[in-house]
Amino acid sequence: MEKKEHIISILVYNKPDVLARIAGTLGGKGYNIESLSVNTTTQYEISKIVMTSIGNQATISRIENQLQRLVDVISVDDLTNVESVHREMALVRLNLTPDKKDQIKKAVDDNQWKAIVSNDNFVILEITGDKAQLDLAMARLEPLGIADITRTGLVALELKN
Amino acid sequence: MKLKGSQILLKMLEEEKVDLIFGYPGGAVLDIYDQLYRSKIKHILVRHEQGAVHAADGYARATGKVGVCLVTSGPGATNTVTGIDTANMDSIPIVVFTGQVPTTLIGNDAFQESDITGITRPCTKHNFLVRSVEELAATIKEAFHIARSGRPGPVLVDLPKNVMAAETEFNPADIKIRNYDVVHKPVPKKLSQLFEMLAHAKKPLLMTGGGVILGKAAAELTQLARQYQIPVTGTLMGLGSFPGTDLLWLGMLGMHGTYHANMAVSHCDLLIAVGVRFDDRVTGTIETFAPNAQIVQIDIDPSSINRNVVVELPIIGETKATLKDLIKFLAEHNYVPNRQMRQEWLAEIEQWKEKVPLTYCQNGEIIKPQYVIETLHKVTNGDVIVTTEVGQNQMWTAQFFKFDKPNTFITSGGLGTMGYGLPAAIGVKCAFPDKNVVDIAGDGSIQMNIQELATAAQYNIAVKVVLLNNGFLGMVRQWQELFYEKRYSHTDMTYAPDFVKLAEAFGVVGMRVAKPGEVEEALRKAFSSDKPVLMDFRVSREECVYPMVRPGESLADMDLGTREMIN
Repeated sequence: MEKKEHIISILVYNKPDVLARIAGTLGGKGYNIESLSVNTTTQYEISKIVMTSIGNQATISRIENQLQRLVDVISVDDLTNVESVHREMALVRLNLTPDKKDQIKKAVDDNQWKAIVSNDNFVILEITGDKAQLDLAMARLEPLGIADITRTGLVALELKN
Repeated sequence: MKLKGSQILLKMLEEEKVDLIFGYPGGAVLDIYDQLYRSKIKHILVRHEQGAVHAADGYARATGKVGVCLVTSGPGATNTVTGIDTANMDSIPIVVFTGQVPTTLIGNDAFQESDITGITRPCTKHNFLVRSVEELAATIKEAFHIARSGRPGPVLVDLPKNVMAAETEFNPADIKIRNYDVVHKPVPKKLSQLFEMLAHAKKPLLMTGGGVILGKAAAELTQLARQYQIPVTGTLMGLGSFPGTDLLWLGMLGMHGTYHANMAVSHCDLLIAVGVRFDDRVTGTIETFAPNAQIVQIDIDPSSINRNVVVELPIIGETKATLKDLIKFLAEHNYVPNRQMRQEWLAEIEQWKEKVPLTYCQNGEIIKPQYVIETLHKVTNGDVIVTTEVGQNQMWTAQFFKFDKPNTFITSGGLGTMGYGLPAAIGVKCAFPDKNVVDIAGDGSIQMNIQELATAAQYNIAVKVVLLNNGFLGMVRQWQELFYEKRYSHTDMTYAPDFVKLAEAFGVVGMRVAKPGEVEEALRKAFSSDKPVLMDFRVSREECVYPMVRPGESLADMDLGTREMIN
């Protein structure tokens, strides 16, 4: 069976150790979490976790079944095969060294990147998009010299309920 | 009504109909023990916290109710971990209450502080740290509900000392918890698929597991098998879910299963597996497991399905309800097995059974361990609840004792915990004081929790220990004999206490039995005593458990043992 990245959306009760339970369950059974994003929903007592994991359909089904067993897990959905939108975000600092300064400013303008902090010494960019867009941006940023970077996990939302 | 946390705990235990706790006091649980002092709930003081958990586990397995234990923080709590994992691997409902340092000290490396919810997270069904007295009552109610609902399992509740001392309003009628019960109704479409499969099968086979016992579905499974003449094999955990003396019973399958059970699995064309999880000790190499069969798996837990063995027809549901629905469906649709085909299939199995029966050779003056177990069955007419330790003693019991009823064979199947049998037997005997309860032990395992003889003596819990003493860690020695050219690395246990004197020192009757002719009389004498008894049977030192599927081999390819062993 084909291995690919699956996006798993998990609704959980917002308990202090719920993330430890999920991470421990998957880690202990030998499944890898590629990316992770957690926050509360409109109800404070319920959180949504979006994680991605690489595997074939059988492996992903096992992951879902293991997660369903946890008492604090309300629901588990694989968003990979349903219509959904995906976003990631990266914060990137580029140092405006004399040799790169002009090149960086041009690239920011050309790509319409959003600079959230900008001064004489450096610029911090906020880049959002789906995985492909982020990968493209990273490829373009690389030659400019990334001084520091933070990337979020992927978040996803189904088009229909 | 304002009550202290420790009072609420005991009130909630009464609400949950708990009449018996296995425990061990300590600093962090002093308030609870002070309440127990004036409570009508019975408390059995064990000699090690591991013993408390195994006793609660044995109680739960024999009664089907939730077993309860209570220990202190730190080392008291960590000593429960092996017992908790034992229960977790076999899906046994227990609730373990651990003391904890006051909430104000948690995280400070306080005296006897240990992060027991962190430690037991992977080996409990769920666990709780109770952070305030206001959440105590609901948490306890939830703990019991989680332990017994769905696929059962152990739940740990960590109780900080200040929460036990704090006061709050208590009104049991006000306690609300969310419902964890996931009820899966068997879909008629699946039942009709199964009907079709059965109608076309020439060689159907039932495989019964622990889920049939936990799901209280033994009667339904037995009815299904008998009504339609389907032969039955079982996993270690399934022993007792179908009568061991019935002609349709093939015995256990797997590594030390019977030859005919393993051949039947390897040749059947339809395998209906109920409440099993296809453990590696059961399947042999996965690729060659039931190679000719369509497999149907009935289980309450979706995570058990398609995990080790890929099945054609998964049915998620309670074993009892599903089997009931199936029986009804088969009757309504007039399922009649082809009599001739069924006779041929049963005759084929009978031939395998005649070719390689389960056997051993009791000649000469040395007691064979299998003979002790067979004699135990004879002396008790099988009317006994048996616990075992782990290793050869466990496998010989599974092979040679015919369990006719569910909840009468109590053994650590998944985790394989040495030292389980004695404390578990104590738990069983506390639940059924009028029943004969036997721990079939080895000389290695018994030493792991032998301190519990003191518990048995103190409360006169009249368990009988059948010690099959071969002076070896027998199963490990067997593997060293077969796979490591008899290099018996650290398995010789000849240096051992005098078990008879040791038993007597604890206040337990000790008996030594060295000759085959004395076995029956010794057992009769032990069962006529109203005291706990340890019988030290000096058995053949290098007897092996046969037949055997060697690791990495297929079930159809059994090692039948050497001639001298079986003849």
